[in-house]
Amino acid sequence: MKKLTSVADLKELKQQSSLASNSKDAPSSQQPIVIKVAMATCGIASGAKATYDYFVQELERQKIKATVCQTGCMSYCYAEPTVEITLAGEEPVVFGFVNSAKAQEIIDKYIIQHQLIDGIIPASYKTV
Amino acid sequence: MTHHHIFVCGGIGCRSMESEQLRKNLQREIIVRGLSDEVQVVSTGCFGFCEKGPLVKISPDNTFYVQVSPNDAAEIIQEHIINKQKVDRLLYIHPETKKRVTEAKDMDFYKRQYRIALRNCGNIDPDNIEEYIARDGYTALAKCLTELSPAEVIGTIKKSGLRGRGGGGFPTGLKWEITKSANSIQKYVVCNADEGDPGAFMDRSILEGDPHSVIEAMAICGYCIGADKGLVYIRAEYPLAIKRLKRALQQADDTGLLGKNILGTDFNFEIELRYGAGAFVCGEETALIHSMEGCRGEPTFKPPFPSTEGYLGQPTNVNNVETFANIPVIINKGAEWFSAIGTEKSKGTKVFALAGKINNVGLIEVPMGTTLREIIYDIGGGIKDGKKFKAVQTGGPSGGCLSEKFLDTPIDYDNLIAAGSMMGSGGMIVLDEDDCMVSIAKFYLTFTLEESCGKCAPCRIGNKRLHEILDRITQGLGTEEDLIRLKSLSNVIKDTSLCGLGQTSPNPILSTMANFYSEYEAHVKQKKCPSKQCKDLISFSILTDNCTGCTLCFRNCPVEAISGEKGKVHNIDQDKCIKCGICFSKCKYEAILVE
Repeated sequence: MKKLTSVADLKELKQQSSLASNSKDAPSSQQPIVIKVAMATCGIASGAKATYDYFVQELERQKIKATVCQTGCMSYCYAEPTVEITLAGEEPVVFGFVNSAKAQEIIDKYIIQHQLIDGIIPASYKTV
Repeated sequence: MTHHHIFVCGGIGCRSMESEQLRKNLQREIIVRGLSDEVQVVSTGCFGFCEKGPLVKISPDNTFYVQVSPNDAAEIIQEHIINKQKVDRLLYIHPETKKRVTEAKDMDFYKRQYRIALRNCGNIDPDNIEEYIARDGYTALAKCLTELSPAEVIGTIKKSGLRGRGGGGFPTGLKWEITKSANSIQKYVVCNADEGDPGAFMDRSILEGDPHSVIEAMAICGYCIGADKGLVYIRAEYPLAIKRLKRALQQADDTGLLGKNILGTDFNFEIELRYGAGAFVCGEETALIHSMEGCRGEPTFKPPFPSTEGYLGQPTNVNNVETFANIPVIINKGAEWFSAIGTEKSKGTKVFALAGKINNVGLIEVPMGTTLREIIYDIGGGIKDGKKFKAVQTGGPSGGCLSEKFLDTPIDYDNLIAAGSMMGSGGMIVLDEDDCMVSIAKFYLTFTLEESCGKCAPCRIGNKRLHEILDRITQGLGTEEDLIRLKSLSNVIKDTSLCGLGQTSPNPILSTMANFYSEYEAHVKQKKCPSKQCKDLISFSILTDNCTGCTLCFRNCPVEAISGEKGKVHNIDQDKCIKCGICFSKCKYEAILVE
């Protein structure tokens, strides 16, 4: 990793990171789907690692281009494992109780057909 | 192609008001009108606005309907979807403007939470510093180092009104100022990540989800007070938080955001980790410092305060994880912005770990001033299994139990103390009609008794005596003198203990006696536990009218205390019964009586 030696360096890195093709906040045409799996201790204890692995393997198998990544607590602890999916041009959608079967349903219906399914967790907070 | 989505809340609160029937009716209306290709009904989890349920949200226009009944389905489809006219009578009336909320941009009213400390948790990969940087990470540090003097930064923190989030509520800016003015060539910044309160996991979540926010803030603090060394005292029971923090520290070091000449300035700062060994008392700052020094974790008298004489005798600024997490945002968005949130004396937001007998357990972050009722019944989705609310415990073992009459208390440091509890670090446990308040007080005291360091007599001996009294009471052996002694001894311990652990350990007893005295009286005078929890005060017997002799209880009793032939009324031997309650939970005929 390049060492930052000035504020200008920091600003440049910020610019690059925001526009990076694996940037989570602005999915580009190269990585149109971003999948965030909440992997704090509670998420992992509820099976989030298995959910993460399932998405990685299944999307690879179906040759669907997506970025799957871990995050910290999304705070919907009563619904773990939770996953946030952002399709290109869409608002992020959070799904709860995502085990392997639910992950498959999300891939088949939401990711491939853009069809929403039951069990969405509405965002109940604003973020600064 | 679907043009409209109709989201129907399927949270437990709304489901209990027929939201599932509403969903079916909407579905039917869509099919009947031939709109299946354009409109889809989706059931969701809880919106966190249960007070106004059942809730319906329609996209893409973002319209939010409240108190919708199954009979409204036809009108919603006909008017909103087909005629493109909002159904006015179902729109939310804003309590301040008294007007119906119609615009999409105003539709955030139901989002009671505002994430500042948790801003990046759930959004970024904590193992990737670039994602933190993409979201303004380290820009606050850069601003401080290149544009602001330490005094100016401290001025901003003071003006923001930020108070310590670990429970003490001491003004953060003032603490930084005192440490800055202490004379020494070596000073330290310490992050208290011990998080000892049972049920609290706010700090863990911040460290697991956004460790850089704490690192950046510690560096800013170092710049302000004149320290080039930081220490994070983190409990060893948090292996994932430790792992993520270590990786974050390494990445910050590799990127030059820690170490020598940060961002080309002459400011140096490095951070080490130190591990707790499972002692609750080491969350107290002087005990924490002694633990870091390699001594037994015991508190010492204050003054001197750590700000003047702390780690290795040097000026040390100790702040909680959540306090630090707020710092970068305050620097970037300004003191005025932060102080506009919250109440007069408690600014900003607070993260709470909501747990207990509540539907939506989890981490929440709300502006100070949000009421307990909003937290429990809206964000929390109400009491589990439709039971009746009894109390909410705030502040962990140092706090108190607040009854129903306190539900409209706006949460802030001073209001909670006035109510007989305290904010604490943010643990919030909801209790229902099945919880025995005497047992709850005993539970917390058992904890503090075990965690007492033993240095001072009031805590070491006093708490032991309190525990013995509570034990007697829960066994049906308590007397009225015990109740008098419980209260007077609690007050003595509060007044004379050396540190915060002892000074607050009687709070659960005092608050439960203040709000639930009748339960104590029942245990002492009638030898009864009204909530049927204290094993020595309850008995299990068979209701002969209901018992069918199915033998389910007989087969499941772990101590063979139940006898009876198949098809005949069974009997429980009171001498053998251990009151485990398994028979009660298994019986399908409501034939087990607990009294």
